[in-house]
Order: sequence, then C-alpha cells, then structure tokens
Amino acid sequence: MKTKFQPDENGYFGEFGGAYIPELLYPNVKEIEDNYIQIIESEEFQKEYRGLLKDYVGRPSPLYYATRLSEKYKAHIYLKREDLVHTGAHKINNTIGQILIAQKLGKTQIIAETGAGQHGVATATVCALMGMDCTVFMGEKDIVRQAPNVARMKMLGAKVVPATSGSKTLKDATNEAIRYWIQNPHTFYLIGSVVGPHPHPDMVARLQAIISEEIKWQMKEKTGKENPDTIIACVGGGSNAAGAFYHYLENEEVELIAVEAAGLGVTSGESAATSQLGEVGIIHGSKTILMQDEYGQIVEPYSISAGLDYPGVGPLHAFLFDSKRAKFMNATDQEALDAAFELTKVEGIIPALETAHAFAVLPKMDLREDQVIVINLSGRGDKDLETYIKHLDA
Amino acid sequence: MNTIAKHLEQKGRNNLSIYFTSGFPELNDTQKVIEELGEAGVDFIEVGLPYSDPLADGPTIQDSSTIALRNGINLDIVFDQLMSIKDSNKTPLVVMGYLNQVLKYGEKRFCEKVVACGIDTVILPDLPMVEYENHYKALFDSYGINNVFLITPNTSEERIRKIDEYTQSFIYMVASSAITGAKGEISDQQIAYFERIKAMNLKSKLIIGFGISNHSTFSKACEYANGAIIGSAFIKNLQNNGIQGIASFVKGIRNA
Repeated sequence: MKTKFQPDENGYFGEFGGAYIPELLYPNVKEIEDNYIQIIESEEFQKEYRGLLKDYVGRPSPLYYATRLSEKYKAHIYLKREDLVHTGAHKINNTIGQILIAQKLGKTQIIAETGAGQHGVATATVCALMGMDCTVFMGEKDIVRQAPNVARMKMLGAKVVPATSGSKTLKDATNEAIRYWIQNPHTFYLIGSVVGPHPHPDMVARLQAIISEEIKWQMKEKTGKENPDTIIACVGGGSNAAGAFYHYLENEEVELIAVEAAGLGVTSGESAATSQLGEVGIIHGSKTILMQDEYGQIVEPYSISAGLDYPGVGPLHAFLFDSKRAKFMNATDQEALDAAFELTKVEGIIPALETAHAFAVLPKMDLREDQVIVINLSGRGDKDLETYIKHLDA
Repeated sequence: MNTIAKHLEQKGRNNLSIYFTSGFPELNDTQKVIEELGEAGVDFIEVGLPYSDPLADGPTIQDSSTIALRNGINLDIVFDQLMSIKDSNKTPLVVMGYLNQVLKYGEKRFCEKVVACGIDTVILPDLPMVEYENHYKALFDSYGINNVFLITPNTSEERIRKIDEYTQSFIYMVASSAITGAKGEISDQQIAYFERIKAMNLKSKLIIGFGISNHSTFSKACEYANGAIIGSAFIKNLQNNGIQGIASFVKGIRNA
C-alpha cells in the first residue's frame, strides 16, 4: 500500500512532482516508470544491490556516537558515517542501484550531471565497475571549484563535459544532461538526486533509503530504541536527506530537519535557500518549489558548496516543507565553514562543505539533554580542501 | 476554426513557418521581425517567449533567449508588442514558451493576453499530455486556444491517434530525436518516419520542425507534410544579417 510520502500514479507528492517533459523524452521516462519498481523489488536485484553495497561500497556505514560533540551541545549526537563509504559520500548508494537498473534495461551508455562532483565520481566509479561508457555534465564554475573530483572522474574513464550556460553550476549541468538525453534516447540518464521527472525522485529515494534502514537497526542496537528524536540532513536536491528520512517519514514522533544553504544570507540575493525564497514552479521536469522571478525565469542560486547550489528542491521535500512534516532550517557559507572546522577539531572528521551545513544548525537549536539526534554525515571533505585552506587562518 | 488550421486549409502545401525569439536581437525588434516576415510571405510565425532554461531548445535558440532576457524582455512587454501590431499584422501568430512562464504569469491571465493579441494557438513543449488532459484542455478550450502537440519518431501510434484527436491547429512533427538546431540534410531514416506518419491518414495538418534549415530540407519536408518550421537557421541569419536580411533568407528557403 502506498503511504502519503510515496508518489501517486502521476508521480505527485501532494501537489508536487509529475513529469513535465517534452514529448521527445516520453518513451525514455516511460520505460523507466514501467520497470523500476518491479526491478528494485526483485530478488535478483536486491541480492546484487545489497551484495555490492556490502562488499564494494563498504556498507553498513557506521553509526557513530560523537562524544565530544555531544558534550559540547549537551545532547546525544550520533553521526551516520556516509563519509566512510567508497568514493566518500552517500551518492554511491544511488549509482550502484541505478547502474543495475540500467543493466537490466540493456543500456550501455550512461550520462549524469554533477554539482560538487560526488555524484559524477560515484557514477564514473560504477561505470568503470560495470564496463560502461560514462559522460558527466558539470558546470564550468564547479569544474574549477571541485578540481580533485574532475581528476577522479577522468581517471575513472569518464568524459567530463563542461556546462557553459546560465550560472555554469548544477542547474545548467542538469539542463545539458537532459538535452543530451533528448538527442541520444538510447542512453541511460543516471540522475544524482531526488529531482527530475517522475519516477526519478522516487527511484533515487528508494535507493538512498538504505541509510535510514541502517539507522533503524543501528539505533536499536546502540540505544534499544529504533527512533531518534531528531534527524538532521543538508538539502540541495535532497538525496541524502531523502535517504536519512525515508523510513521515518510516517513516524511523526521523529523530528526531521532539512538544512538548506543560505549562501551569504537568506535575503542577501546570494542564496540557495529554496524553501524560503521559492514558489511553486517547474524545473527539470518536476513541479516543486523553485527560486524564480515574477515572470517565472529561474533565478541563479548561490552557495559556497557546489552540491547545494540548486534553485529547486526535490518534490518529496517540497511536500515535506509544505505539509510541515519536516522543519526547514538554513546555514550561511560562514556558519557552514565554522561548523566544518568545529567538527574537525572536536571529532577529527573533515566533512564535505555540503554536510557542514547540517552541523551548522546545532548552535541554533534548543536542545534537551536527553535528546537523541542523528546527523547524516553525507560526505567527506577531501574535495573541499582548497576552500578550507583559504579559510584556515581566517 | 483555428486560425492556423484555416490558413493551412486554404493554402494546402508548402507552408513556411518561422520561429523567432521575441526581444532579439534588440528589445523592440519583435514587431519589426514580424512585419518583415509578413512582407516576405511567411505563412505563419512562432513567437518565442524567451525562457531562462529552455530544455527543448538547442544552443542557438538558448543563446538568443539569454540575449533577449538581458535586453529586458518579459511577458508583459511581449504582449504589449503583439498588441501594438494586432491590426496591422496579417500573418497568423503562434506563441511558444515553457509551462513555468504560464504558471507564474497566471494561467488565466496568460490565456486572456494571448486571446487579446488575436492569437489562438500555443506551443508549450514541456506540457505533457496527461497534464493537458487533466487540467489544461478545459482551460484552453474555454478561451478558444489550441495547444500544439509534438510527435517524434518514438511516439507510439496510440499516442499519435490521441494527439490527432486533440489537435485543432496542427501537429508539430519533430524531424528527428534531437533538440532544435540546423542540420543541413534529411536522412533516409527520417523519410521512413515521415512516410509512416503520412500513411496514418491523420485528420490534422502536419508541420515538420527541428533540423529544417535551407531550401533543400524545406522542400523535402514539404513532400511529406503541409509545411515546415525553421527556427535556429533563421535566428543565426538574424544575428548575422539583421532585419534587412530577412527577405532574402525567406526567398532562399522558398526558391533555390
């Protein structure tokens, strides 16, 4: 049976979602829609998917009790260590699943978009693993600010194509990937977040749901209870948050906090806090909350972190915001940097800049001493060292 | 009867339609371009509403949209421009934009303005059939507006039949599975597709678009359909030769 957090037959979560695609893409999307649930739920897929997650990705990722951070904030803080999985971020949970789906559909050429480069690396990795051809679209601006990931993708055999239109970031990389998909309908578009036309948001959420599946039994093992009081995750498109929230969506006792990037400040004009600045609109084939001007032109977002620099948000998250199931908070560039340095000093973990936003809301919360919090530590910070070095002595 | 359908009915074959981006190359060129195209004897004109993220368009139209937006174009200005030539212009017009522009402008307000400009045909490439059936059909019908559907070599016969049923203007036949952009020739594969559609004996008129760029591709397309649409090649010409180059461009398409 479907829950209210799963899409209806037309791909809507509440009023958000759908598949607003040109006719040229209809057969491609339809092929996936007709097959994805059946494939994901098949025994064969589950065996391969879980086998690779265990032996290749290194799952389950640990749930780590952060003693010193907990002492500092006077609460019980657990970190879901997605930063420790292969390629350094949660993105690979999705790419492993989708490459298997692509295989079942007989696809051999893979395309993807990437912002911070983590999804690009995770896609290039599974393509190398399966011997498939890989093309990754990446904003020209992101190619510069995430150079180590560009080098990794190239070493893994992927072709990296710069997106030179618009803001030259994630939005434009996604536009270019969709355009290429239209021109080359035999390719498989391995989308990196819970965005895009139905069924992509649902497919990616199901593949990232492994995160909350593990949190449940790991919490039980460590505390005797499956449920934390609060789960915190950063949101750009929203895939790590979707994964961390997934098995708790219907359990209203668990507070869900989504943290968006406020850039230089929510009202500064240089921000990516979509829920605060956006209105209902259509982006990349999905009706969602979108940053746009009075004529519906999409506004260029800004964040220090390439992975959160997106003017929309996945339709599930738009619904979580609209229905108030999740609380949306935000953190500025500076707050994220401070949080990254704090986590590094207190726990010896350098988080990705995206992830640092999730930690940055801790000082803004009224925490109870017995409050059990899980923060999804979605990625590691190696790729952001250049930015961190710039701020080391600042 | 729909304005475009009526024209196609009267003229029959060899209809030439030109797409251009409003507000390009200069903000107030919209009216001049329409006037020149009319004088050059174009059958109908697609007025592009510039969008920041035109997913179904290639780089040429995308770049022209970026320039038009930088020129300060917006829906209010375009509608004012179209209103100002409503009486003088005799060439049927179609507006082409993206659904988010309609949503944000207000669906009813959008329809009112379109109708006020004497236009009854819209192309919204990212409006999918299911949303049209569930919502937009009733809305557009109430304003006497017809939505143009696209079909591609991969569109199923069942879907084409449904589109034929919904169509009161024309069916936009995408020449290949590709986004807009001048290609220069028509392949045997494309001809097989044109013949397959022609053999379906649809009630609607067919106009071929995407990849039509010169006299040879235009005349080839006209063998299988009621006419063809040229977009990117026209925009390139407009960029290189300006408004004064429109007449000779159209002449070159019509006659080798």
